[in-house]
Amino acid sequence: MDFSTKKEQFILSVLVANHFGVLTRISGLFSRRGYNIDSLNVGETENPETSRMTIIVTGDEYIKSQIVKQLGKLQEVMKVEMLPKEETVLREHLLIKINVSRETRSEITEAVNVFRGKIVDFNSDSVTVEINGEPSKLNAFIEFTKSYGIIEMCRSGALAMKRGANSL
Amino acid sequence: MKLTGARIIIETLIEQDCETVFGYPGGFVINIYDELYKASDRIHHVISAHEQGAAHAADGYARASGKVGVVIATSGPGATNLVTGIANAFLDSVPLVAITGNVPLALLGRDSFQEVDIMGITMPITKHNYIVKDVNELASILRDAFRIAKSGRPGPVLVDIPKDIQLATCEYKPGKPVEKTLDVLTEQINIDKIVELIEASNKPYIYSGGGVVISNAGDELKQFAERIDAPVGFSMMGLSAMDGSLPNNLGLTGMHGRYASIKANSETDLLIAIGVRFSDRATGNKLKYSPNAKIIHIDIDPAEIDKNINTYFGVIGDVKYILNKLLEKVKPKKHPEWKEEINRYIADEQANYPQNYGMHPKNIIERVNNLIDDKTVIATDVGQHQMWVAQYFKLKGRRTFLTSGGLGTMGYGMGAAIGGCFGSGNQRTVLFTGDGSFGMNLAELATAVSNNLPLVIIIMNNGVLGMVRQWQTIFFDERYSSTTLDRKTDFVLLAKAFGANGMRVVGEGELSLALETAFSIKTPFVIDCVIDCDERVLPMIPPGGSVENIIIN
Ligand SMILES: Cc1ncc(C[n+]2csc(CCOP(=O)(O)OP(=O)(O)O)c2C)c(N)n1
Ligand SMILES: [Mg+2]
Repeated sequence: MDFSTKKEQFILSVLVANHFGVLTRISGLFSRRGYNIDSLNVGETENPETSRMTIIVTGDEYIKSQIVKQLGKLQEVMKVEMLPKEETVLREHLLIKINVSRETRSEITEAVNVFRGKIVDFNSDSVTVEINGEPSKLNAFIEFTKSYGIIEMCRSGALAMKRGANSL
Repeated sequence: MKLTGARIIIETLIEQDCETVFGYPGGFVINIYDELYKASDRIHHVISAHEQGAAHAADGYARASGKVGVVIATSGPGATNLVTGIANAFLDSVPLVAITGNVPLALLGRDSFQEVDIMGITMPITKHNYIVKDVNELASILRDAFRIAKSGRPGPVLVDIPKDIQLATCEYKPGKPVEKTLDVLTEQINIDKIVELIEASNKPYIYSGGGVVISNAGDELKQFAERIDAPVGFSMMGLSAMDGSLPNNLGLTGMHGRYASIKANSETDLLIAIGVRFSDRATGNKLKYSPNAKIIHIDIDPAEIDKNINTYFGVIGDVKYILNKLLEKVKPKKHPEWKEEINRYIADEQANYPQNYGMHPKNIIERVNNLIDDKTVIATDVGQHQMWVAQYFKLKGRRTFLTSGGLGTMGYGMGAAIGGCFGSGNQRTVLFTGDGSFGMNLAELATAVSNNLPLVIIIMNNGVLGMVRQWQTIFFDERYSSTTLDRKTDFVLLAKAFGANGMRVVGEGELSLALETAFSIKTPFVIDCVIDCDERVLPMIPPGGSVENIIIN
């Protein structure tokens, strides 16, 4: 098979056994084989014996096919699926603490409303905002706040699920 | 039946059809060893001189017997000494179960005496690994370890067992040897498509590897090759799948392959790759690899398809199964022109053979070759001597070649040869080693002597790290940095010190006498063969090169 060498971002959903060490095994596989993780998220599913990982990776078609196959070889990996972007709900969570002053407070509040975020903490010098959404929306908000000064921020990494009634 | 964890380990090993295990005792496996002592009429334990030797022995045992090899080591240094052996088994897909002791659960994570995180250390070099935290899971984890080790593409599995798990008791029910999980993806096997391509091909070439040995598909390979009238070339791991003296067996291909095999590999219009992984040592420059060929890749590991070489298409499954399917459908073919072309390559190859004087490696190898039968096990270490054996030795039997392919582990040979003796039911075993490689694990001579093994050790003694020296000759203007050993070790005296026997050989006459002596006794015998330090392994395709860059003389 000939692979296209164009790089793109892709979303992997991986069902794994809820054992200790699984995360190390999977992240070890990525680093050992030189695959770059953009974000990784893991949490228990409705079945306490399994966890679900959402991994976002940038790479070409060769890397894409290798990742799926190499993950499939791990004993604790039960299922690997590449989620097509158009048919996927992708959500990320952002907490961001921004510098404010009396003059800038209202501008920031307005922006938070436009982005449908929430102010979860504030004092005279800072405000902490929580926003949910597609990573691109979060990026846009972060870009906007840069001029005010970001004190600290943290992002959850994306969660993803295919639309429709089927499951992984 | 309520048993201790230590006893459960031994019972499970016996239940899983383990007759011989290799290992080395210590504080955190002392209870396991106590149970081994009590069960010594049911399971045989071989103590090595070093855990690395035990791991290689378990590996050699597995390759020679087709069973799962088992090695036991204590925590900390015992466990870390296994690492090279485990990595070696991983890269060559050898089924191995490594059992290590560890500190009690409560002491884990506190940098306790002889504590290492062997699970963390071996994660990237095992198929899977475990640390047992509940004695109730012990037997099922060990059974899983055996299943994983031998299923699909085989490999090593490590089970780390803290001391208190060995002491705790629980109910044990004897089980049966676990079956391999069969993962032939029948729907993906497009036999008709292969048959069509074979029908259309004028120059088919079969490139066969370790997968054929592992799946015991040598007979099927031979039939298939004869049926479609194709020559067969081999990766290092595949060499013992087919009788070396068959006319369509072109032998090793790749960096130090035989000329005809390399040429056919490069000129073919249909490359049927079976149970190989297209390692860089086998392909060289991938862009110039078999430029005119459609490549069909048959392997049990889906991740190997299109990993190193872009194939025309891949077929996933057990190679024996697929070869049998092919044999049902494929019609006999004849390729007289292709055969003629190959015969020309063979003639060129033979014209370039080195002058076959007395102490030339080729002559030594051929002399030994004349003394063996189809049960004799051949082991090698790593270096020039390994390549000469791979090129010139005509192997006769299945599972008779033990060599470190993927990891290229100097020091593999002694342990592997010992394992080969046990795994083959005490058949005559010949180890070809180098003065450098032998130096790495020669203490295992003690193991060979204690166990009265019918082992002939042939040291191709060039006084140098020959393979590295060869690179220094060709690529580094003869700057022989740290490769001239010229040690004063007397290998014959050394053999005697270990309780073995030996002879030093500098000429043809002595060679005959030494071989005659070695093959007339059933105990370890060392033959120290003095050879020229400037003898090179040829042909050679420089790393990253192609057949265009081949160095012939
Ligand atoms: C453990 C290990 N260390 C280093 C090497 C690198 N190496 C490959 S071949 C070789 C020389 C081997 O020398 P010897 O055993 O005498 O065999 P010769 O090439 O002389 O036949 C070396 C150092 C290796 N393969 N394995
Ligand atoms: Mg040497």
